[in-house]
Amino acid sequence: MEKNRYEVRFGGSGGQGIITAAVILAEAAGVYGDFHVCQTQSYGPQSRGGRSKAEVIISKQEIDYPHVIKMDCFLAMNQPSLDAYFSDFEPNGLLIVDSTFVEQVPTSRAISLPFTRMAREDLGKEIVANIIALGAVVQLSGIISLASLEKAVLSRVPVKFRELNQQALQAGIAAAKQVNLGTLPRSSVTEEILI
Amino acid sequence: MESSSEKFLLQGNEAIVEGALAAGCCFFAGYPITPSSEIAELMSMRLPKQNGTFIQMEDEIASIGAIIGASLAGAKVLTATSGPGFSLMQENLGYACMTEVPLVIVNVMRGGPSTGLPTSPAQADVMQTRWGTHGDHPIIVLSVSSVADSYEIAVHAFNMAEKYRVPVVLLSDEIVGHTREAITLPPGKPMEVVNRIKPSVPPEWYVPYENNSRGVPPMADIGSGYRHHVTGLMHNAKGFPTSDPQEVDTFHRRMQRKLDNGAMEIQMSRGFMLDDAEVAVIAYGAVTRSALRAVKMAREQGIKAGLLQLITLFPVPRAALDSVLRQCRAVLVAEMNMGQYVREVRAVNVSSNVKQLNRFDGHLIKPDEIFGKLMIL
Repeated sequence: MEKNRYEVRFGGSGGQGIITAAVILAEAAGVYGDFHVCQTQSYGPQSRGGRSKAEVIISKQEIDYPHVIKMDCFLAMNQPSLDAYFSDFEPNGLLIVDSTFVEQVPTSRAISLPFTRMAREDLGKEIVANIIALGAVVQLSGIISLASLEKAVLSRVPVKFRELNQQALQAGIAAAKQVNLGTLPRSSVTEEILI
Repeated sequence: MESSSEKFLLQGNEAIVEGALAAGCCFFAGYPITPSSEIAELMSMRLPKQNGTFIQMEDEIASIGAIIGASLAGAKVLTATSGPGFSLMQENLGYACMTEVPLVIVNVMRGGPSTGLPTSPAQADVMQTRWGTHGDHPIIVLSVSSVADSYEIAVHAFNMAEKYRVPVVLLSDEIVGHTREAITLPPGKPMEVVNRIKPSVPPEWYVPYENNSRGVPPMADIGSGYRHHVTGLMHNAKGFPTSDPQEVDTFHRRMQRKLDNGAMEIQMSRGFMLDDAEVAVIAYGAVTRSALRAVKMAREQGIKAGLLQLITLFPVPRAALDSVLRQCRAVLVAEMNMGQYVREVRAVNVSSNVKQLNRFDGHLIKPDEIFGKLMIL
C-alpha cells in the first residue's frame, strides 16, 4: 500500500454480504496484516433489501475520522447503492461494480465484473458473491496481501464451507487478473485544481 | 507483551464486554435494543462459561432492578441499553444513587426523542445522564471514542463504581459501538481492578452508612451475616428512614464529598496538540475523531489548534476545561445534539469565548465542518 490512508466502501442491499466482506477485509488488514483499521457500516431498520454500506479505512497510522472522506475504492453490488454512494471519490479511485445487477455505470473508469452470476453459475452458490468480489477488490487495489485475505476468509467461515469460499476467492482474483488497469481512462480531475 | 495476547477485530460494543469482564463483572441483566444489542448478546455467550449470570429481563425497568439486587449481594454488575431503555431506567437509577449501589449502565446513544432513529448515532442523552433521575444525586458519566477506549474506560467505569459506591453511566454512541478496530487482548500490561471495601468489623458493630474520611462506607454483601436495611427513603447512618434536617444535610454533603475527594482520578480527559494552542475543540465520543482530524488540518494551515477530549463528562472536569478556556482565545464545543454539554463548558468560565457546532441529523459531524469553524474562530 503506497498511500497512508486507504478508504474502501462497499455498497449493496441487505443480504448481499457486504458487511461481512468489509469485516473480513478489516480483519485481513488489522489482525492478519499490520495495519490500523476502522470498519463501520450504516443501514436502516430493515434487515433485508434496501441499501446498506460498509466502509473500511486502512492506514499505517492511527486512524482519526472513522468514515470515508474520499474513497480510493468503491465496490457496488447493486444499482441503488451505486447511485446513492457514488460520491466523495478520489480522482483516480477504483470503481468496481457487480454487472449482474448494475446496468448503469456513472463513469467510463468503472470495472464491471459479474460477481453474482459467477457465484451462481460457476460455483452453484449465490451466497459467495461477496467473497468473489472481495478477491477482486484486493487483487485490483493491492491494498493488502492476498495471503492475509485468505487467512481472514478462512477464519470466518465454517469448516465445511472452506473449500467453497477458497474457490470463490480464487475466482475473484482470477477475474480481476483479466482486467488491465493500465487501459482505464484517466480522471478528468487534475491534481492542480484540488485544494 | 504476554505470549497469550492475541489481536482481535472487535466492535466498540464487544470491547465494552471484554473490559467489563476484565474488571470482574459477573452479572448482566438487560433487554436488547439497537444499537447496544451486541453487548447483551456477547454477555449471554461469555458469562455462563465463567460461572457468571446473564438474564434477559422483561424490560429495562426490571433490568436495572436486577442488577441493583445482584450488586447488593456482592456482584459486579452491568446493564446496557439505548435512549428508550435508559429513560425507563431513571427511577431505579435514582434508587441506586440513594442506596449507594455500585453498578455500570452502558448507554449506546441513538437518535431521539422516543424511539427516534434506532440505527443512527446521536449524543443527545448527555444531560439525561446527569439529571434524568430526580433529586440531587451523585453520578459519574464517562464517554468513549474508540474500541481501545471502550475496553479501558469500561474497566475504569467498574473501578470507579466500586470505589465510590456510585452508579456509573458509560456513554457510547452508534458509531463507536458499531465500529470495528483491531485490539490486542488481554492488553500487554494488565489494567488495575478495584474492588469495593467490605466491613472489617464484626456484624453486630456494622453501621451500614457510617461516615468516614472518604465518605464511602464499607459495603456488606446481603446474606453475609451483616444485617442492614436498604431503602430509597432518605436514611440515617443505620440505614433507617429519617427526616431529621441534620441527618438529611449530612447525607447530601457526604454524597457530594465522596466524588469531590476522588475528582483527580474520576475526572479524565485527553489533550491533543494543546501545548501552544490558541484555539481548541472540545469534544467527546465519536466526534473526538472528527475533531482530531480537523485540528491536524488546521495545523497544516498554520493555525495553532488543539483538542480537549473529555472522557469524564460528569462530574464536570473543571480543572482541565478551565485551563483550556484560559489559554485559548476561543473554543469550539462540537457535539451531536442541539447544544447540551456546551452549557457546562460555558458555566466553567463565563467570561471565555465558547462557540458551538451541532449536528442532530443522525450523522457524525465531519472533519471539514469542524475545520471550517476553526478557521474563523
